[in-house]
Amino acid sequence: MKILVPVKRVIDYNVKVRVKADGTGVDLANVKMSMNPFDEIAVEEAMRLKEGGKATEVVAVSCGVTACQETLRTAMAIGADRAILVETDVELQPLAVAKLLAAVAKKEGPQLIILGKQAIDDDSNQTGQMLAALLGWSQATFASKVVIGDGKATVTREIDGGLETLDISLPAIVTTDLRLNEPRYATLPNIMKAKKKPLDVVKPADLGVDVAPRLSTVSVAEPPKRSAGVKVADVAQLVDKLKNEAKVIA
Amino acid sequence: MSSYVAPLKDMMFVLTELAGLDKVAALPGYEEATTDVVEAILDESARFTGGVLAPLNWSGDQEGARWADMAVTMPSGFKEAYARFVDNGWNALGGNPEHGGQGLPKVVSAAVQEMWKSANMSFSLCPLLTLGAIEALELAGTEAQKAMYLPNMVSGKWTGTMNITEPQAGSDLAAIRSRAVPQGDGTYRIFGQKIFITYGDHDMAENTIHLVLARTPDAPEGVKGISLFVVPKFLVNADGTLGPRNDVHCVSIEHKLGIHASPTCVMVHGDNGGSIGTLVGKENEGLKYMFVMMNAARFAVGLEGLAISERAYQHAVTYARDRVQGRAIEGSPAPVAIIRHPDIRRMLMLMRSHTEAMRALAYAVAAAHDAAARHPDAAQRAQNQAFVDLMIPVVKGWSTETGNAMSYLGVQVHGGMGFVEETGAAQFMRDARITTIYEGTTGIQANDLMGRKIAREGGATVKSVIAMMRETQGQAAAQPGPAFAAIAAALDGGIDAVSQATDHIVAHYGKDVRSVAAGAVPFLQLMGNVAGGWMMARAALVAQGRIDAGDADPFYPAKITTARFFADHVMAMAPGLAREVIQGGASTLELDEALF
Repeated sequence: MKILVPVKRVIDYNVKVRVKADGTGVDLANVKMSMNPFDEIAVEEAMRLKEGGKATEVVAVSCGVTACQETLRTAMAIGADRAILVETDVELQPLAVAKLLAAVAKKEGPQLIILGKQAIDDDSNQTGQMLAALLGWSQATFASKVVIGDGKATVTREIDGGLETLDISLPAIVTTDLRLNEPRYATLPNIMKAKKKPLDVVKPADLGVDVAPRLSTVSVAEPPKRSAGVKVADVAQLVDKLKNEAKVIA
Repeated sequence: MSSYVAPLKDMMFVLTELAGLDKVAALPGYEEATTDVVEAILDESARFTGGVLAPLNWSGDQEGARWADMAVTMPSGFKEAYARFVDNGWNALGGNPEHGGQGLPKVVSAAVQEMWKSANMSFSLCPLLTLGAIEALELAGTEAQKAMYLPNMVSGKWTGTMNITEPQAGSDLAAIRSRAVPQGDGTYRIFGQKIFITYGDHDMAENTIHLVLARTPDAPEGVKGISLFVVPKFLVNADGTLGPRNDVHCVSIEHKLGIHASPTCVMVHGDNGGSIGTLVGKENEGLKYMFVMMNAARFAVGLEGLAISERAYQHAVTYARDRVQGRAIEGSPAPVAIIRHPDIRRMLMLMRSHTEAMRALAYAVAAAHDAAARHPDAAQRAQNQAFVDLMIPVVKGWSTETGNAMSYLGVQVHGGMGFVEETGAAQFMRDARITTIYEGTTGIQANDLMGRKIAREGGATVKSVIAMMRETQGQAAAQPGPAFAAIAAALDGGIDAVSQATDHIVAHYGKDVRSVAAGAVPFLQLMGNVAGGWMMARAALVAQGRIDAGDADPFYPAKITTARFFADHVMAMAPGLAREVIQGGASTLELDEALF
């Protein structure tokens, strides 16, 4: 079984995010970028399935600028066998990414696509679901446990009320939640080997996909600064304020 | 406790712009060390050291290594962390590919090792000693010894030690008394007590390989009668499996000021008939091999000074941003974070600029080491080797003294909280304290620099370095603006100071060695300050080039400001240090010993 693992290059989670002065977006100049942490969990899960004998090949895919090659090398240092970059300088929105991934999936024919439930930059939480719809495959999102059976997967999902377990038929889409696994550190020999693993670069046009943005960003602003608190005289005043000012209790 | 975030950006800047990583990668055998691969290695090393080693630094200090029943137990978490360290291949980074190493150049391992040491200096001493023992066996071991020990030592499955010091033989190894008695079968039985043996015993690896200095029965007196032996904790069978426990035991560990998690062992060989070992290299030439190893170890200890400064700096910056105390000196409506206060800024800038200067010098020396080992042209090899030999005592002596000074400032930035152990700043100061002592004290480094490295060759190498510094100075002087004016002026004064002090040493070392030697440590300090300032000037020039090319990264103007600070505050002291070297001998030695 082949597993496809889409990975996204995002602003590093340690970086303090700043909005550009003109309000058009987040300032990415000279900022450290790394693999979306949810996607690291996806690569780790794919590797565990391969090491457990359930998968034979793990292919990492990324969509975006040339520098996404670094993110793909990271995926290969963790253990992915090869990588595909769909290279474009166009700002990619979830639907465009889902279309690109669907086109790659049709060429590659994986039985399973594992990807992060969302990316920590835009927090869209859409790509996996759109991809499942475009391909017409089963989907199990927010996975905290994945067991591969004969032609199916049993996936435990994190939902608001607790856990839900689904049996889905393969091929399928799984999106990862934080508790699925703890990603490994890449070993030094694997970091060195990653350089030599194959990395194919294709263009959106090669896949016949129009990636033009469908949404336009009106403005980007930092959240308002927290205003100073007030002291309340007694419990009654607190309850009153919670009810009538904050409106958080009825 | 505080976290450690490896300064990847400055590390890559120094590697690519100052140390010449591309030139190192062009040397035979180092082709894999391309910028993208090195960046990927440093990236993952940063994650590993920050995520696995750094969290054990404080707990390891508090818990300490423990000794009971002739064996050492490491603090919680160390055994597991070491297993991950080995499994992930970090121990093998610079190792010979013939024995399972990755064969990466020293300039890359210098950056990676800086991270180990910043994250957890006590932990880092275990691989440091293993790497030293590997080096001795690579240098002088027989094929059989290499095959028996090196694969497991390169991977880190087995660790190594240096059994050198004895109670009466510290800095003076001529006084070593341990005995090695030949058994007639190619093995020796060794008897004697060794002290200060770092990681002499621990529970992180299944075997420990000791390299032991001892005398054979008819060895000559003094340093010419010392041989080197390899003595495993568990004897190794011909098929590579572990055999019986050898007669070498840890009988106690020291209670120390710092590096509490690193067991400093008293090792006894031969309480039950002699520990069994084999000779490494030729009889009576042990010290020669030891000195080769010692150069590598001295460089590595110099990195400790750099690494502890980086960690102390990060800790101090975090506190200075967070701690609100007092109003701004010019007046402010409310109390401010202490980073606003000019003297706190001065201390943070001292820490930052020294750390960057030490890093640049250390990596440049590491790159020269790689060229000295692998350059196809013999003249280039010799020239680089001379630079390395000159600079090793500077990297060791200056960086460790500076590491102490910077961790002292780290405590000072914290005020009263710095004196409280829970804050964590004190640990860096305590851990730094050993670095000016082991692998040769600062006094020994300074004597080595002044005597062997300068006076013996009439100052030839240092003069060639001065010429390189003058070239950088000329480039700085040609730049417009107040920053480069300050840098160029301070560097000019610094180079003059080194030059005058060097002339004094060369002229007087023969006839008045005591007086010259009294200025050895001030000279070492002078060399460090000016060599560091030279590197900072080079960094500033590269940064200006980037700015001129339109790069808007704030890293570059910050680099120029930091270089200027170093010129104004550190290199400014150079003429005073030169005066100390040239004039200070007489008053140092004049008092009668009885008056002390």
